[in-house]
Amino acid sequence: MENKKGFNITFYLLILPVLLWLIVLIVLPHLDLLISSFQADSDSGAKIFTLENYTAFFKSKIYWLTFINTAAYAIGITILAFIVTFPVAFYLTKVISKKYASFLALLLLIPLWVGELVTVYGWMILLGDHGVINEFLLYIGLIDKPINMLYTNFSMSIGLLYISMLFMVVPVMSTLESLDDSLIEAASDLGATKWTIFTKIIIPYSMPGITSGGIIVFMLVIGDYVAPDILGGKSSLWFTEQIYNEFLSTFNWGEGAAFGFLLLMISSSIIWLALKLTGQKLERVGS
Amino acid sequence: MSKILEIKNLTKEFKEFTAVKNVTFDVDEGGFFSILGPSGCGKTTLLRMISGFIKESKGEIIIRNESMSGIPPEKRPVNIVFQSLALFPMMNVRENVAFGLKRQKLSKSEIDDRVSDMLSRVSLQGFEKKKVTELSGGQRQRVAIARSLVMKPSILLLDEPLGALDRKLREHMKIELKLLQKELGTTFIYITHDQSEALVMSDKVAVMNKGHFEQIDTPRNLYKNPKTAFVAGFVGESNRLELKSRDGDFITTKDGWKLEKKGLDFDPEVLYIRPEALILAPTEDLIDISRFHVKIRTILFDGSNTKVSAIESTSGAEILISLPQNAKFENLKEGDTVEVGINYDDLKCY
Amino acid sequence: MIRSLPNSPLYKYTYRFYVICFFLFLVMPLIAIAVLAFNDSNFVALPWKGFTLDWFFANTDERTGLLADDGLIQSLLISIKTAFYVATLSTVVGIAAALLFEEEKFRFKGLLYFLALSPLVIPGVILGISILLTSTMAGSYLEEHFGWEVEFLSPSFWLVVLGQFSFGATYVMLLVGARLKKFDRTLEEAALSLKATRLQSIWYITIPFLRPAIIGAFVVAFLISFSNFNTTIFLIGSDPTLPVDLYSRIKFSSTPVLNAVSFLIVVFITITALISLFINREKK
Repeated sequence: MENKKGFNITFYLLILPVLLWLIVLIVLPHLDLLISSFQADSDSGAKIFTLENYTAFFKSKIYWLTFINTAAYAIGITILAFIVTFPVAFYLTKVISKKYASFLALLLLIPLWVGELVTVYGWMILLGDHGVINEFLLYIGLIDKPINMLYTNFSMSIGLLYISMLFMVVPVMSTLESLDDSLIEAASDLGATKWTIFTKIIIPYSMPGITSGGIIVFMLVIGDYVAPDILGGKSSLWFTEQIYNEFLSTFNWGEGAAFGFLLLMISSSIIWLALKLTGQKLERVGS
Repeated sequence: MSKILEIKNLTKEFKEFTAVKNVTFDVDEGGFFSILGPSGCGKTTLLRMISGFIKESKGEIIIRNESMSGIPPEKRPVNIVFQSLALFPMMNVRENVAFGLKRQKLSKSEIDDRVSDMLSRVSLQGFEKKKVTELSGGQRQRVAIARSLVMKPSILLLDEPLGALDRKLREHMKIELKLLQKELGTTFIYITHDQSEALVMSDKVAVMNKGHFEQIDTPRNLYKNPKTAFVAGFVGESNRLELKSRDGDFITTKDGWKLEKKGLDFDPEVLYIRPEALILAPTEDLIDISRFHVKIRTILFDGSNTKVSAIESTSGAEILISLPQNAKFENLKEGDTVEVGINYDDLKCY
Repeated sequence: MIRSLPNSPLYKYTYRFYVICFFLFLVMPLIAIAVLAFNDSNFVALPWKGFTLDWFFANTDERTGLLADDGLIQSLLISIKTAFYVATLSTVVGIAAALLFEEEKFRFKGLLYFLALSPLVIPGVILGISILLTSTMAGSYLEEHFGWEVEFLSPSFWLVVLGQFSFGATYVMLLVGARLKKFDRTLEEAALSLKATRLQSIWYITIPFLRPAIIGAFVVAFLISFSNFNTTIFLIGSDPTLPVDLYSRIKFSSTPVLNAVSFLIVVFITITALISLFINREKK
């Protein structure tokens, strides 16, 4: 609408709730997070400026080891999620008929909506020493004593992969759906091998979907708490667990805020890097 | 006749270019006024300024002696029929037509009366409950027009409303639209890039090019006496020949074809000749014509619109000539050489 | 490779085998939960000891079924209530945001849009702690300077609603915005040309067009809220939502009643999904 007269009321009616939402619930809280991370209680109880919260992080080896470990796992799980789900996304969009595909695609959505608490609980039941998998393997005689799977980095990774990988499938499927089969047929007609078609046509074409999916998966994994806490061992180093402890056990909110801010920084910068490397915009991630 | 719309020095500047340049014209009450021009000439911008969706940069729009500056679209006594028709898909025919009246908070009985009256005028009685998606192209067209006309606008603006129809239906709707306008007496301003639509329906046509009006005239005059080279080339079919020089009563084209044209008082650059102005085998008694010989290259049969593509003997210039549909030229074939004549008046020089 | 190209049987069967394995992996935890919800045992583990509905209905000293477990029922109800408010609030603001960013031009639009999208890439934990910090600060400020005790500024039901709404609105905005992109803008102009006001044209034309997307977005916001843990845990007051309740029980005292409630969630989600599939089929 270029003729502004007469439209102003509508505009303000639309922008007011949006501004309230963004300022009160997004901008102010994150500013506060930043400020709090530089604050500590003085002996008299007043807030004072300090760098202590950050120096505590860098001085303590366990903290920054955990930090690096978490980031490394998040990247690893993201790559794994791509490798595991891409063939499935391709199968559902290009190989089987539409009739089955829509049913199977629905099946993909169920674990996603059921929520991570339920599915992580399911994995706990499966992987325990007396869990379903061990009992089954004992029953068929493949092993004679239970394999220790639960409370290890293995079970943690399974859980993280499970809760996040479906967020990779959905955007990848939607880009693959728009890939015209005739492109693949043409490439094959021109004598391209499967591998060439895969690396030169399918992957480049679905890159926008892979990036969106990758960003969501990465963000979910690096910020997850439930899977590492329930499925991971006592020795699993997970950064969000430190943040939870600062806030909910030791009540050191200043340090918690600093940790939170560090987490936000690393996740934002890796996401930013991913967007830069693939030449995409944040807008794409949403679609 | 009184003026219903007066446009004075209307200009619209966008960041990069000027879409409408200093346009001035009037429209008579009850007239059918068309604005004809190629896509991108600014006609849609002009229409959207009249409707109020775009604010003018300069100039004035006056409807029934009232300036429209600063008046939002919903307050102007005009309605638009959109190119896409913009029928509301979630409503049936009746609801579409009643939409505007409901916004005016008229009584239910009045709305009912006016809607059914309008639907019968456009021969759509009995279609009230139909979904607009179930209608044929021509019916959708009529719903769109009824929806606007029921508002009793001073002026109905039509933005290429026939563009989406197939050819046959478009021919039919042209006639129907013209009859409807005559019957209702509402002023129509119709924009189109299709010259046949403009010529068939309008009382007056403005030819628009690159943001300004080239000529405002009746369809007949526009066709017979185009004032500018652009109008000559755009309206109707023409042979276009670039000119090299003039020598007294003779002009020479770039190909080197020398033609007699009396009464010129300037050095023209370009010559337009309508295919139907060319006379095949002119009789000896015709005067004030230029004569030359052509060799038939091929015959382009198209029923009543059949033409021959020919080459002028002295220069090799290519021209199209209309072939009259009578037995005299039935035996004409490729390679034949015939004499052709043309009235001096029909040699349009610019 | 694709349907129309020939493949060796080995390739075909290996590929199919892999996809079957993937789906097994996908449904395994859900099936384990479902099966053990009916196991006549006090432990969440095999072996299978026979079929029972105790974990849904029993109310004995030894076994408390879902219906008798007041705590679990309570948290389930709180989750539903939370999700309802979150979905409603997110839908209203999300629609406003979608209309704003798709249809209006204004200064700082790019910046605002970026902010509106940011919850997609901010870990839920961060949203939780930063909203907790801000609400606590605002709460203590109001108490110190005005003596007001604003209840919802300390961890409580309404703070959870606000926290979940902060990202719920983003999803609604994206879902509604996607449909709005397909909206023929001349329909709104046509309404204006027929003398509707801008608000009327949105209400009578745009919103009806968006209705399917709005319903879908409401459901999505509801489900996102219903299953959220990461943000909720920081903002929760004395009444836990279902995920928070499940978490503490899984950590400290799991009995098959957790399977029972999880099973019901899976069933509920499956039915919702089937309905949506059915509705989509109808449309085609």
